[in-house]
Amino acid sequence: MNQFATFVQLVVDGLAQGSIYGALALAIVLVNQATGLVNFAQGSMAVLGSYIGMTVGNLFIPSTGAIVGIIIGIVVAVIASMAMGGLVERFVMRRFERAEEDTKVVATIGLLTLITGLVGLIWGFNPTPYPFFFGGSESLRIGGVSISVWSIVTFTTIIALMIVLQILFRGTKLGLGMRAVADNAPSAALAGIRVGGMRMAGWGLAAALGTVAAILLASKSQLTPNNFDGILVYALAAVVIGGLDSPLGAVIAALGITILESLAAAYVPWIGHDLKVVVPFILVFIVLIIRPQGLFGRRTVVRV
Amino acid sequence: MPLLELTDVTAFYGPVQVLEGVSISVPEGGAVGILGANGAGKTTTLRAISGTVRAGGSIQYEGRSIRGLRPERVASLGIAHVPEGRGTLGNLTVRENLMVGAYTRKDRRQVVSDVDYLLELFPNLKARIRSNASALSGGEQQMLAVSRAFMASPRLLVLDEPSLGLAPSTARTVYDAIARLRKESGIAMLVVEQNANLAFSVVDSVTVLETGRSVLSGTTAELRGNDDIRKAYLGG
Repeated sequence: MNQFATFVQLVVDGLAQGSIYGALALAIVLVNQATGLVNFAQGSMAVLGSYIGMTVGNLFIPSTGAIVGIIIGIVVAVIASMAMGGLVERFVMRRFERAEEDTKVVATIGLLTLITGLVGLIWGFNPTPYPFFFGGSESLRIGGVSISVWSIVTFTTIIALMIVLQILFRGTKLGLGMRAVADNAPSAALAGIRVGGMRMAGWGLAAALGTVAAILLASKSQLTPNNFDGILVYALAAVVIGGLDSPLGAVIAALGITILESLAAAYVPWIGHDLKVVVPFILVFIVLIIRPQGLFGRRTVVRV
Repeated sequence: MPLLELTDVTAFYGPVQVLEGVSISVPEGGAVGILGANGAGKTTTLRAISGTVRAGGSIQYEGRSIRGLRPERVASLGIAHVPEGRGTLGNLTVRENLMVGAYTRKDRRQVVSDVDYLLELFPNLKARIRSNASALSGGEQQMLAVSRAFMASPRLLVLDEPSLGLAPSTARTVYDAIARLRKESGIAMLVVEQNANLAFSVVDSVTVLETGRSVLSGTTAELRGNDDIRKAYLGG
């Protein structure tokens, strides 16, 4: 394989893996847009959603065949996650409505631990294969570069979801309501917007989105209760770099981080594969110093 | 029947009683000012109306009790509250702020013409329609806050000290616009103001609060003739 093909291969691999990080980052941005806080349980909620999808899918596959069964599993997982997200907001986070920001964040960390434990309790901690339309191994060869079908599906799904979200936030009434509530909930209420409803919608949509990402990830590797713990770190890095209020920024940052990481691992000898995990942190560090609102975030100007 | 009638309204912040008996009446299409020193309970009175503090006593709107309703419900009944400190949505553009104001409305065509009307009334906002609200000056933010409330097409506009933190000439501009809004739309208004001269340019009657009680009310003409009021609020 020539040098250029190697480079392209690294970029392509980075794009697919980065899409997963990007999807979770999108979910975090969504919750932040609806409620103004960062949900550390986003990953574990997604994993719970994908376990539900797997269980339901496996239930149907013997009678309906693989493809229909898997689709039913995904649809049920998305709907269940949406409900779960809404319920978590309504019955857990709502209780912290008047609490300090730090308290709310700690509550989401509590949820992370609780949900991961719950999943382990029900499904065990051993990795489980996730049923998928195709193995992770089929791939197309273009020039000297091989692109797996999984990469193509993952990448296009995430890009499509990102566009839909961007339209939701910037172009629809629901999106406007959610942003108004995130920006200034008391004012939004005075304008007649149902604050609680908007927050539930935001959490529900985010949970559904996270579940799609978790299913895509599990289709390539396997499902474990801790599947998303490591990925949450990358997603948070992407959110910080891209900007907490920019869906587009979060996805671009996630893709950028992953590509840079795999390039750094391959071309910078002292980083290599062992140290590549520091790359996102270095980027976060630089961005926080130079542009704290994130590369695509809107600067908040405070005037008195 | 008055549009809004408060009778012996009380309110607490924790154990501290802030309102001890406030009574105010706003007739249909009328404009009433609330005067009083800092801490007299002006802002709390407005919050009791819009449901952002828990209140006792009686709060009747269009002949039915709205006490204890949630803020979004009160808003949907046609009461638009411009809170103290303006409450603009900083990360949303000027246009988005206006559309948030119109959130509960279904009459799209009328919404579009209301936006045009407000932008003609406030040319500053028109020039900055795509800017984030946080980038506006204090006066522009106040204009935006009033406009956003107007976009709800309310029957009662509740304004909490629109002149707060503004230069005198800017405050004058804001009040001139409020007076014009009132004349052209006929919306009833309840205005809290420290600066009585400004308030008197819009309202036709006034209630004075002292330590959580309404102690005096009357038309602006009556109160202009009252020596105590002139000394306390109108600069002699």
